[in-house]
Amino acid sequence: MARSVAAHEPAVLVRGLHVRYDRVEALQGVDVQLARGTALGVVGPNGSGKSTLLKAIAGLVQPSAGTVRVQGRAPRELPSGTIGYVPQVEDVDWQFPVSVRDVVTMGRYPRIRAFQRFSAHDHRAVARAIDALDLGAVADRHISELSGGQQQRAFVARAIAQEPLLLLLDEPTTGVDAATEDALLRLVRGLVADGLPVLMTTHDLDRAPEWFDRLIVVDRKILADGTPSEVLESGAYATIREHTHVHGHRR
Amino acid sequence: MSDLLAPFQYDFMQRAFVVAVVVGALCSAMGTYVVLRKLSFIGDGLAHASFAGIAIAYLRGANFYAGAAIATIVTALGIGFVHRRGRVSLDTSIGVLFTAAFALGVFLMSRSPRATVDLQSFLFGSILGVSPGDVATVAGLGAAVALVVAALWRPLLYTSFDPVVAQAAGVRVGAVDYTLLVVLAVTIIVSLQAVGIVLVAALLVTPAAAASQLTKRFVPMMATSCAFGVFSTVGGLYASYELHASSGATIVLLATLVFFLCLAYGSVRRIGRRPNATGSA
Repeated sequence: MARSVAAHEPAVLVRGLHVRYDRVEALQGVDVQLARGTALGVVGPNGSGKSTLLKAIAGLVQPSAGTVRVQGRAPRELPSGTIGYVPQVEDVDWQFPVSVRDVVTMGRYPRIRAFQRFSAHDHRAVARAIDALDLGAVADRHISELSGGQQQRAFVARAIAQEPLLLLLDEPTTGVDAATEDALLRLVRGLVADGLPVLMTTHDLDRAPEWFDRLIVVDRKILADGTPSEVLESGAYATIREHTHVHGHRR
Repeated sequence: MSDLLAPFQYDFMQRAFVVAVVVGALCSAMGTYVVLRKLSFIGDGLAHASFAGIAIAYLRGANFYAGAAIATIVTALGIGFVHRRGRVSLDTSIGVLFTAAFALGVFLMSRSPRATVDLQSFLFGSILGVSPGDVATVAGLGAAVALVVAALWRPLLYTSFDPVVAQAAGVRVGAVDYTLLVVLAVTIIVSLQAVGIVLVAALLVTPAAAASQLTKRFVPMMATSCAFGVFSTVGGLYASYELHASSGATIVLLATLVFFLCLAYGSVRRIGRRPNATGSA
């Protein structure tokens, strides 16, 4: 799925990143590097800047200092469709007149020019994403008719249908059932095996070794960076463990 | 049959029906985005903003359409700028700028001894007074709006539904938003002569709101909205001829009747779908 663009560049390179919201500095000098075919987990307490890090990489917030490069370019200079992003809370109008298939199809829109018709490849990408997230049975339902887990899968499917070169997932397992979490885990590991770089925030420290090749602990700064087992055994993990909500399965 | 076709024997009625079809289709198609983005206030705001341009054009002896176009587009861009750069909510930005533009128009007219009743036609519409040149202007602007929407309907839909994710995916959300505001401004200018400043907001909102009661899919909603819009403008024009009433007001009242019929149908359908509470006891 991942295409080789600027193959010599790291998929993500963040250097000295500071992000400020009014008087609050959400990130203070963060360095992150992500290679292709790697799943990087981001853990930290609530308000530690995990989501802000993803938004900065997605080009949704401007750094007050430092640089963010994706495929060697600033996020806002990337070709359309490069970054697939699934936010923590989908702030959408659930009465908006779209079905699950319509939502997944939107993933192709950044790759379609004005007046261009959907190609066979576009249709295949949508169908594959719907199948990969096991949404076939509900594909023609209105989005308001889905469970929370199905809604989350629909938004992940939209990101997958986009065929991004970088996938950013902000706590995709929060509030979903165990079956959905397992399905997402299999999907992410499959995408990573195909060469896609994935950066994902999570509160679920216990399953981190299954999800990630590398793990970073963030609390406005990077407190630890290593393999999941290295980080979990470190003091940084013990410190944030006290502050971190280790979620159960709500559905 | 000849009685039914009687209105069409007049050239001015033929022109009015052409304008009614264009305005009904355009307003209700754009209205789909207006309703889905919860921008109902903007139709009213931009229509009122046009008054400043009309007043300036009137006082300087210039073309009304040109004056309205400049004032409406400048206000639309100003609304977008104040909202995005000033950290002001969109409805507040609309409220501040449209009242300012309308007040400017009133101020200028109040200082002019030349002010006459001609401006009444822009406040309440005068579809029966359209000239062949007006028909060409309306058709040309209508075609331009349709072309822009046909080119941008996918990014317009994506940014209406989920602007944050669309932006992360590389959609130029700011450019799409500004384009929508300009296209809305042009749509309002096209509609001014048909229904006037005061009533154009109804044509932007009511047919789409009626369609939203009948369907949960975007394309059917836009198609249904267009059908209701054209039915309201053409039917309202015809009814106003038969009833000797104001065409703009009759068009809006017919659109409102369609809305309430759809609201009733939608409510009955939703009640019919609810699980039977007594049956499960």
